[in-house]
Amino acid sequence: MIPSDPKQVTQICFDRIRIPDQRRLEVARANGAYSFLPTVLNEFSSEQIIEEVKKSGLRGRGGAGFPTGLKWSFVPRNTGKPTYLLCNADEGEPGTFKDRDIMRYDPHLLIEGMIMAGYALGVRDAYIYIRGEFKQEAEILNEAIGEAYAANLLGENILGSGYSMDLTVHRGAGAYVCGEETALIESLEGKPGRPRFKPPFPAVEGFYRCPTVVNNVETLSTIPAILEHGGDWHAAIGAPNSAGCKIFSVSGHVNKPGNYEVPMGTSLKTLIEDYCGGLKHGTVPKAVIPGGSSAPWLTPDHYEIPLTFDDLVKAGSMLGSGAIIVMDETVDVVKVARRLSHFYAHESCGQCTPCREGTGWLERLMIRLEAGKARASDIEVLRDAAEHMAGRTICALADGAAAPILSMLKHFPEEVRARVVEKAA
Amino acid sequence: MSMKETPRFSEKRLEEIRALVARYPGPQSALLPVLHMAQEDFGYLSLDVQKHVAEVLGLTLIQVREVVTFYTMFREQPCGKYLMEVCTNASCMLNGADELVRHMCDKLGIKVGETTPDGMFTVTEVECAGACSGAPVVQINNVYHENVDEAYIDAFIEKASKEDAA
Ligand SMILES: Cc1cc2nc3c(=O)[nH]c(=O)nc-3n(C[C@H](O)[C@H](O)[C@H](O)COP(=O)(O)O)c2cc1C
Ligand code: SF4
Ligand code: FES
Repeated sequence: MIPSDPKQVTQICFDRIRIPDQRRLEVARANGAYSFLPTVLNEFSSEQIIEEVKKSGLRGRGGAGFPTGLKWSFVPRNTGKPTYLLCNADEGEPGTFKDRDIMRYDPHLLIEGMIMAGYALGVRDAYIYIRGEFKQEAEILNEAIGEAYAANLLGENILGSGYSMDLTVHRGAGAYVCGEETALIESLEGKPGRPRFKPPFPAVEGFYRCPTVVNNVETLSTIPAILEHGGDWHAAIGAPNSAGCKIFSVSGHVNKPGNYEVPMGTSLKTLIEDYCGGLKHGTVPKAVIPGGSSAPWLTPDHYEIPLTFDDLVKAGSMLGSGAIIVMDETVDVVKVARRLSHFYAHESCGQCTPCREGTGWLERLMIRLEAGKARASDIEVLRDAAEHMAGRTICALADGAAAPILSMLKHFPEEVRARVVEKAA
Repeated sequence: MSMKETPRFSEKRLEEIRALVARYPGPQSALLPVLHMAQEDFGYLSLDVQKHVAEVLGLTLIQVREVVTFYTMFREQPCGKYLMEVCTNASCMLNGADELVRHMCDKLGIKVGETTPDGMFTVTEVECAGACSGAPVVQINNVYHENVDEAYIDAFIEKASKEDAA
């Protein structure tokens, strides 16, 4: 369903998403797509673009929130090697479904953002790594890319500017960990998607050991507006240290689940009540996962929290991908934590012992707890296992696996206790 | 294609693969897309298919096998004519996915992961499909079906069965 726009606030990525047939080049162009591209390619220097993106305050929309302009400035120049641009469209973090809407309803926005980013970074070959299940979305992108080639918006000497870039859509094949940027690179090289040790960071040594920038779909789709209106314009939207708008994917126990793009700093309560039509049952959620399944849970104390990077960190969680999973009073929190423990055990790539063993332990103990067969000592093992996984692995998947378990133990001790079997007398 | 015949890509496919390989710095990068093509053309990735893919891309069989076993979308066994993949991750679970899976399995008389004896339907559980506003989500042969309920599935199964009988 095309994202609705109940409040008509400033929007960036979804600004033109409701226009019928916006996915077609002709329609997109009639509505302004690519109109500023010639100015960028002919009049802006690479340094100027990176400066503008730095000034905009844009932070990565894929999960880690790293400042985009800064990331771009780390790319070494004149190494004699090619620089690659990879768009992360893996969208695997449970609860996240925003990039899909950009790609299927306004693919030219992403393509335009990639051309601008590619030009700024001196990229000849760019790729969109899209999760394998998004077959239809990959087809839509390919159609849009075909139209863009035919209109000389891609390929050799784009619009006579002297800049050339090729763009290829690459489908993954079902592995959450491939959303992690170095696993994505391994996967794009035709290997199992096992994350690499960092450093070296991809900016220096990435795809085929060449300088590589990996950015999320939403991040790249924000670039055209930033360059057209200026970094200062973008920096003035949203909240301090959280500039711009953010697409929140809201799902779970709300009446109108969906993607809503709002200025950063909008409160969780406003989003749920004014945009999502409120909860299915009751008036205040029992728990909310604010940034995808890897983010620690929030409780009613934080119902009015402004959705910014800093406020969520202060509340002990993170903004992550902007995926908000809402649980009302009917939820069985133990069941949710058990299901998520299965997800992480299934998706661990297995190369770090604490993650491979730990995710397995968590799942086995959670199955026991849900079935009412865990002893009090098992709960201590569970806590211990979760606490000892985080921060000791190659990638952050292990931290994500620990988050639901630690959240459940912290916020719902009575529900856990109620499931524990008393020691046989 | 009979079982004995060695699976081989068509000339048209091989041309497509050559064009694809040219888009990457190295041929191994084309492995995932070529395995997708192979699965589409041959139904599943038997060892013979994997050998053929290795040969076409100039890779070792080990390189291909490692990838086939790592990614969940690649299947080494045939499945039913309709592969029904139900997302049971958090948001779908909160919206009745477990009950939906149970209903599908009961109706078809199979367990999760199994195929009906007539080779028509396979039911599996999968991780978040990236479409949680449409929970519960079922992918049927790679097409997304959202806000699926029992009546919807019943109608789908009946229609598919009827079409097959015709
Ligand atoms: C386990 C794991 C899964 C991830 N999945 C995704 C994903 O699906 N999409 C995404 O954009 N970033 C994902 N990331 C974050 C990427 O590693 C990376 O930070 C991001 O693509 C950078 O782009 P950005 O700066 O534009 O956000 C994931 C990270 C981890 C650790
Ligand atoms: S933390 Fe887990 S998923 Fe990440 S590299 Fe280590 S084993 Fe693989
Ligand atoms: S949880 Fe089912 S599609 Fe995301």
